[in-house]
Amino acid sequence: MRLILAALALTSLACQSVPKSGAPANELRISIAGDPKTFDPLQVAENHSETVRYLTAGVLVRVNRATGALEPELAESWKLSDDSRFISFHLRPGLKFSDGSPLDANDVARTLSRLVDPKEASPDGDKFRSGEANPSVTVTSPLDISIVYADPKPGLDRLFDTFPVTPRVLAKLPASAGPFFIAEYHPGEYVRLARNPNYWKHDSSGKQLPYLDSVRIDIQQNHDIELERFLHGEQHMVEHLDPAAFDRVEKAMPGAARSLGPSLNSDFMWFNQAPARTLPEWKRKWFTSAAFRHAVSLAINRADIARIVYLGRAHPAAGPISPANKFWFNASLQPLPFDPGAAAKDLTGDGFILRDGILYDRAGHRVEFSLITNAGNAVREHMAPLIQADLAKLGIKVNIVTLDFGSLIDRITKTLDYEAVLLGLNLEIDPLEVMNVWESSGPEHAWWPNEKTPATPWEARIDELEKIQASSGSRDVRKKAFDEVQRIAAEQEPIVYLVNPDYLCAIAPNLKGARPSVAPPQVWWNVEWLRLE
Amino acid sequence: MKTFRAAAVLILVVVCLGALFAPALAPFPYDRQFRDAPAAPPGGRFLLGADDIGRDRFSRLLYATRTSIVLAPAAAAVSVILALLVAAFSASVKPLRPVISVFTTICLALPWIFLFIILRAELPVDTGPVITVLLTFGLMGVAGWVWPARVFSASIVRMERSGWMLQSRAAGIPGWRIALVHAWPHLRATAIAQFRVLVPAYILAEASLGLLGLGVAEPLPSWGNLLGDLTRPDLVRANPWTLAPLILLMIVMISLEVLQTGPIPAGEID
Repeated sequence: MRLILAALALTSLACQSVPKSGAPANELRISIAGDPKTFDPLQVAENHSETVRYLTAGVLVRVNRATGALEPELAESWKLSDDSRFISFHLRPGLKFSDGSPLDANDVARTLSRLVDPKEASPDGDKFRSGEANPSVTVTSPLDISIVYADPKPGLDRLFDTFPVTPRVLAKLPASAGPFFIAEYHPGEYVRLARNPNYWKHDSSGKQLPYLDSVRIDIQQNHDIELERFLHGEQHMVEHLDPAAFDRVEKAMPGAARSLGPSLNSDFMWFNQAPARTLPEWKRKWFTSAAFRHAVSLAINRADIARIVYLGRAHPAAGPISPANKFWFNASLQPLPFDPGAAAKDLTGDGFILRDGILYDRAGHRVEFSLITNAGNAVREHMAPLIQADLAKLGIKVNIVTLDFGSLIDRITKTLDYEAVLLGLNLEIDPLEVMNVWESSGPEHAWWPNEKTPATPWEARIDELEKIQASSGSRDVRKKAFDEVQRIAAEQEPIVYLVNPDYLCAIAPNLKGARPSVAPPQVWWNVEWLRLE
Repeated sequence: MKTFRAAAVLILVVVCLGALFAPALAPFPYDRQFRDAPAAPPGGRFLLGADDIGRDRFSRLLYATRTSIVLAPAAAAVSVILALLVAAFSASVKPLRPVISVFTTICLALPWIFLFIILRAELPVDTGPVITVLLTFGLMGVAGWVWPARVFSASIVRMERSGWMLQSRAAGIPGWRIALVHAWPHLRATAIAQFRVLVPAYILAEASLGLLGLGVAEPLPSWGNLLGDLTRPDLVRANPWTLAPLILLMIVMISLEVLQTGPIPAGEID
């Protein structure tokens, strides 16, 4: 084993020595886990391309990831109507793309029409459409553009955080209006971004941003090698650390490991409530009983999961939204206390009977279910036996089944041949992104996808609230509606939320200006302000 | 060589006894979680430390040995018997021989690992862990007939051309009698050798299936899922005692290897 480790270390050193000798001094080095599939900013569908797009694209406005406020970028100012149907932008004068060609309102209009053009099939297209209808766009002057939707478009202004203004001609490595442009791409090796000489932003002393000359994005699938390189000072940031790696960085490089507390992500389980052929009716009766779900939830020791599985770097979850999502989280919700006594009482109240340590339902069926999760995920493979042991104390027998990810997704979305599932999700900030989960007719309505009509009154109520949430122009109205969705979800527990893992990253001590945030891209969202010392 | 063989036998006997008496020898049940001591180092309380969720590694290793060391030979036996049946069938029904040969070749070319993944995914989810283990090894046993069948068929073809076979056929001895009384003693040594080759192969196969999360379901331990803990090099470096299952696996494999390379059994010589 030592030999293998030594060999690994050697190969990684060998890989590193090449860039090290020739690396420019003022170059930020980060890595992504795979090749970007596209450099066309309008065709981005996965994280690797998204990283490149974020670092290069010029956007009209940007959400400050640290404060959550919307800040001007290419647009100097903007105006949003109260009903969130109309928005107008006023651009900065004298803007240019990285290749020197001018950028004005016509470029914005052209980008938007490309984005919503069904022929382009942009993955972001739907976000900028309203139902089937395209917005109407008017360029009133070279610096002014107004966009009108037929119906209210919730979160319209924030939408433009992901709106990359593209040049007329898209080269293979397209010009851009953000802090950097794509200078080189070596498939399987790295992408090099060079500083955009025409970037508009200056610091308070009048110095043009970005401070860095270039960014080298290595394509590195292996997280262990990524970590080794960071510890050897050959990479400046690690976007995601697991708890064990975090402890290692903390020991080796004090101050470099950063924990921001709960992340936006959560781990959870749910029971299959859909009338599937493979699910016996009596089992479905347990799963559709709120008291049963509540008892299960009470009996799971969330603190133990956080302490043992995440080495203390996670927090018990209160509901569907992580407290890290400051605006949308319903602050009145609390994590459920661990209370097996109350759980047992709940079960007795619901007609379950405990005999010789085994739980039976009213009809005499032994309470036993299988919990599926994806194979090869260390966190969930540890979490499952903890849940198994906790529920065994109630007399419930849990069979853990690990499946490869593909067949797991197939079971929970298509064949519905499962009883309970343990999963985790990386969530976005805006609840619009999880509409499909909460709307009863949604294809990702986890516990019963594509319900024809809401199966319960509380699901009907969630549907009403989601409609408000997805159509109101007012952020506060949306928030109020979604607060109630969260409250109902916490009461009914169709999904039993377990923990919110902490967001852990690593930032080299000689990199200044980083303000990591839980909202992606967590560590390099303010790349133009980063400095190497 | 003799001392090596004796040592190998002794090791295998000790390991088998350990596995057999696991319930008596293990200090704790294999699934008992000491939540106050996750990833505890070896010491007075846990001989080999505790795993990430506080289960005694030593107890788990004993039970895992039980699973792997009993079921792998059983699966190997299944494979060898099936292979003998196929070879015998192909010998007695000559016109079908090319068909069987093509079929065997196709089976050899199948990517078994994907078949295992698919089969596991298609199993009903409420299958208990014990059934899953039995099925995994059962499938390996059933799927593993191909290689020994090839060897047996080749030996049979060779025998068919031998003088004694011609003579016994000329003497009018019925086929079943030739097979049982004359051919089988020649095949027996090959069968035993095949069996010995398959046992370690299946132990390793279960280990790699375990790494894919396919072999043995939690909380039941097997060598495969214990080895799964070794996928993090930095953690292994910090906790070298987690290598115990790997070392035990290696010792068992070497012992089996030593037994295999012993003197050639008499039956092998024509």
